[in-house]
Amino acid sequence: MSETVTETQLVRLATAGSVDDGKSTLIGRLMWDAKAILSDQEDDLRGRDGELDLSRLTDGLRAEREQGITIDVAYRYFATPRRRFILADTPGHVQYTRNMVTGASTADLAIVLVDARHGVVEQTRRHAFLASLLGIPHLVVAVNKMDLVDFAEERFDEIVRDFCAFRDRLAARDVAFVPISALRGDNVVDRSEAMPWYGGLALLEHLETVDVARDRNTTDLRFPVQYVIREGQSDFRGLAGSLASGTLRPGDAVRVLPSGVEATVAEVRTYDGPLEAAEPPMAVTVVLDRDVDASRGDVLVHADAGVEPVRELEADVCWFSDRPLTPRARLLLKHHTRTEPVLVDQLVDRVDVGTLDRAPAPAQLELNDIGRVRLRTRTPLVVDPYEANRAGGAFILVDEATNETVAGGMVR
Amino acid sequence: MTPLNHLRLLEAEAIHIMREVAAERSKPVLLFSGGKDSIVLVHLALKAFRPGRFPFPLMHVDTGHNFDEVIEFRDRMVESLGERLVVASVQESIDKGRVVEETGPRASRNRLQTVTLLDAIEEHEFDAAFGGARRDEERARAKERILSFRDDFGGWDPKNQRPELWNLYNARIRRGEHLRAFPLSNWTELDVWQYILEEGIEVPSIYLAHEREVFERDGMLYATSDFVERDERDGDPFRTSVRYRTVGDLSCTGAVASTAGTLEAVVDEIRATRVTERGETRADDRTSEAAMEERKVAGYF
Repeated sequence: MSETVTETQLVRLATAGSVDDGKSTLIGRLMWDAKAILSDQEDDLRGRDGELDLSRLTDGLRAEREQGITIDVAYRYFATPRRRFILADTPGHVQYTRNMVTGASTADLAIVLVDARHGVVEQTRRHAFLASLLGIPHLVVAVNKMDLVDFAEERFDEIVRDFCAFRDRLAARDVAFVPISALRGDNVVDRSEAMPWYGGLALLEHLETVDVARDRNTTDLRFPVQYVIREGQSDFRGLAGSLASGTLRPGDAVRVLPSGVEATVAEVRTYDGPLEAAEPPMAVTVVLDRDVDASRGDVLVHADAGVEPVRELEADVCWFSDRPLTPRARLLLKHHTRTEPVLVDQLVDRVDVGTLDRAPAPAQLELNDIGRVRLRTRTPLVVDPYEANRAGGAFILVDEATNETVAGGMVR
Repeated sequence: MTPLNHLRLLEAEAIHIMREVAAERSKPVLLFSGGKDSIVLVHLALKAFRPGRFPFPLMHVDTGHNFDEVIEFRDRMVESLGERLVVASVQESIDKGRVVEETGPRASRNRLQTVTLLDAIEEHEFDAAFGGARRDEERARAKERILSFRDDFGGWDPKNQRPELWNLYNARIRRGEHLRAFPLSNWTELDVWQYILEEGIEVPSIYLAHEREVFERDGMLYATSDFVERDERDGDPFRTSVRYRTVGDLSCTGAVASTAGTLEAVVDEIRATRVTERGETRADDRTSEAAMEERKVAGYF
């Protein structure tokens, strides 16, 4: 590796907050202080009056600038010497939940903004719940606009207490609280002198140090075959794909599912040569020691793992379509690299994302609704509980008639 | 095992996207301009599909107003890869009367490319086109999905994009529609240069500092060439050391004053720059606040 290339880690962030919690200002502040806004963009961010409007940075579409609202996810990039950040700036409006889910599905960490004056409101619970549902392992509750409550420690403590009251209903392992003022820059990049009572890290310090490497599942091998590479002259046949979870080494005894055929890994290779081991999410090519039937959609697992494919599963889905989901619906399910017809056997419940209560057996799920469903697939799938294995438990549902992506799902 | 660094993660994501599209679409194509981003795409295709052949041809939408060094590089690279190149020519579109060429000193063939591109996609029945576009380039691009759905007219509807979750891409389309696939969506300009440096990827010589005759227009340095008419507002030509940050049509691509003669020096300059790539060197984005969005809605890549 070249001397000039720094070893930087990649961290994916998602933001969530209500419309006026100051999300755009915070993002602008982070990017501004990380020097990720360049001078021609800066000119662009000044309105007719010459005032800097950081929200213009994230509203990239004409309709968004016209209406002054964020409609769709915007992806922003900034870096510190240690880390490169991909920030999915997701809209706070309820009607754009599907776009929030889009941005949050890959995030390592979610920043949930709370307005210090208003405290924990329904939107806070909603966003924290969505982040938790999507298995984002780290949550930072940024209590913003502390300057408007006189930087009062009591107010901050109260909000932390309110949040912790429903914390046990969230799956997130790691929740941190930071009192900030995005507008003034308090506790965003540098620790604020206005809040000497706060002993924790500034927001950016936290983003830089949170341990994301341990979040990957490196034990349960799931290698979905994505593409079979052949080369005629040498009779080469390799199974190309990205490691969803677990570790793969030459010599590993594996089983091809759903067929159950066993083989040994002869070689794990890349264009740059053979590997001693591959880990998620590396894209590699696997050569087996014998010619077995394995093609796109199949999953390699360790032979002794005792994994069995299933045809019936229970999952939480977030419904994205204007047309409601009703029992007996037939859709396509894409899981790993396999797309299969699926039947919705039953709607089990619907979540009230404000209270996190579940109301049993709804007649249908409507746009942006979240609820549990029972599904039956035509072919057995190698699924994992989402909580244990994010990549192995995620799927999308597609309407075959319109080709729309109508839902995101998480196996329970 | 030590965690993969950010370039390896971006590389893995891009390879995954390329294989996914190649597996799910029957007739993809890789848009190749000879610029750094599409060169990186080709390099990633090697990683995704070798020792097999690419499951798609490369396609150059040729405005006819090229840098000689880029065309020379293009042909040499295709030759050494042993892969197929399709050239879609804007000149041919003009000759056939599909588009009307702009005239005058500020004329550019850039906008005409969209028609040539869409015609070629239709003629060859391509159902997916890989492009080297990145979200950090421009704010309309920051909003685009990795797999961007294009209707019968090749158009993009920014308000009605498919949700895109995890690494589960929905590549389903109807006949006549197609996808644009952007494996480098999450890369920044600096990532691209660091990757080129780290991987030892060859790029056309115009990316490194060289001496060239240029003139100043609207604060940008243009190469003097047969394709650009000068007018009284333009400065007089002079020779100076420049390099390019983007490769496009000679009529709308500016150079930057630079003495960075090595990839290491280029990376250092990119790291220190205070102006975006497109802001500094692309006249086509400067025509209006939503110039890129408008072109994309119409089918531009």
